[in-house]
Amino acid sequence: MNHSNHVVSTAITAESIADSSVVASEAVAQYALGLGDDALVLAHQLGEWIANAPELEEDVALGNIGLDLLGHARSLLTYAGTAWDKSEDDLAYFRGEAEYRSRQLFEQPNGDFATTIARQLIASVYFVALYRALSLSADTTLAAIAAKAVKEVDYHVDHSAQWLERLGLGTDYSHERMQQGLDAMWPFVDELFRADPFAADLEGVAVDPEPLRAAFDAKVPRLIVDAGLTVPTVSPAQGGGRLGRHSESLGPMLAEMQVLARAHPGANW
Amino acid sequence: MTSPGDSGGRETWPLWEVFIRSSRGLSHVHAGSLHAPDETMAVRNARDLYTRRAEGVSIWVVRASDITSSDPDAKGEFFESPQGKEYRHATYYKESEAVPHL
Repeated sequence: MNHSNHVVSTAITAESIADSSVVASEAVAQYALGLGDDALVLAHQLGEWIANAPELEEDVALGNIGLDLLGHARSLLTYAGTAWDKSEDDLAYFRGEAEYRSRQLFEQPNGDFATTIARQLIASVYFVALYRALSLSADTTLAAIAAKAVKEVDYHVDHSAQWLERLGLGTDYSHERMQQGLDAMWPFVDELFRADPFAADLEGVAVDPEPLRAAFDAKVPRLIVDAGLTVPTVSPAQGGGRLGRHSESLGPMLAEMQVLARAHPGANW
Repeated sequence: MTSPGDSGGRETWPLWEVFIRSSRGLSHVHAGSLHAPDETMAVRNARDLYTRRAEGVSIWVVRASDITSSDPDAKGEFFESPQGKEYRHATYYKESEAVPHL
């Protein structure tokens, strides 16, 4: 094919990691697996909006965000897999619910459009703080993945913030639905900023999520108030996603995501 | 004359025409159209629809209903009058030997 591709990309990709001789240590692989699962689960959820969003243009916008996240997941899972001689597909499609390390926010059902926007805003602001810090990692592969991701998630924040404002300040009905979306997602904020059990022994390599909370608290409540909405005051959910504890929605989501690869192992298309 | 983008009220979001400038020094060129609730979201949507393969460095959007166009049926009198008026082209004129550096 004759692509008029005038941009020669030097950014890191899942393919370039797989083709390189880089091998993650056991500890780094365990850490990358959790981050990869976060991105993968959210990417799949956003994919379910395709052909269901309020307008075609939003199908594309949410699909783009999902594809960015899928890119992060592919790089992180590919890198994790180098430690165990497993491919990104082995890790994505052939692990069960209890083996998934994703934090519980990401598996929360799409709900209505406002709920998805609430989930995306929380997730994206967290990702910006995470990847900014991770881009300084002593592990050069993690640092390169994060440096590429941070530009993308910056835009995701913008997309969610634009919609938060429009739904919050739109009609009484859109305001009510947006508030309900925030209320439904807010219990899962806390877990994002709890210590990552797989980051504990990786000082200088992994990011401790706890200090990232300050950046989140400085940004999200202000956006919510500026959109005429109320910052929810709900008790945090129990969490435990990194240890394989999940809410009821992850199992069915994984079944849907994994069925084809499991029915036709090695299938290619 | 109906405006471009007039769908008889079936659409809830207005239509926007998108213009992309592919690099510094070039003009914005019409890339296509899209729906968006307002101009800010129109630029966002244009970014997602038309610049994913590094096509542009600048985006303009304009509400399709704000564009006034020529009448597509008025081709003759509107566009054919230059025929036979070759003197409107620079190539009509001979280079003068007395004027250097042309």
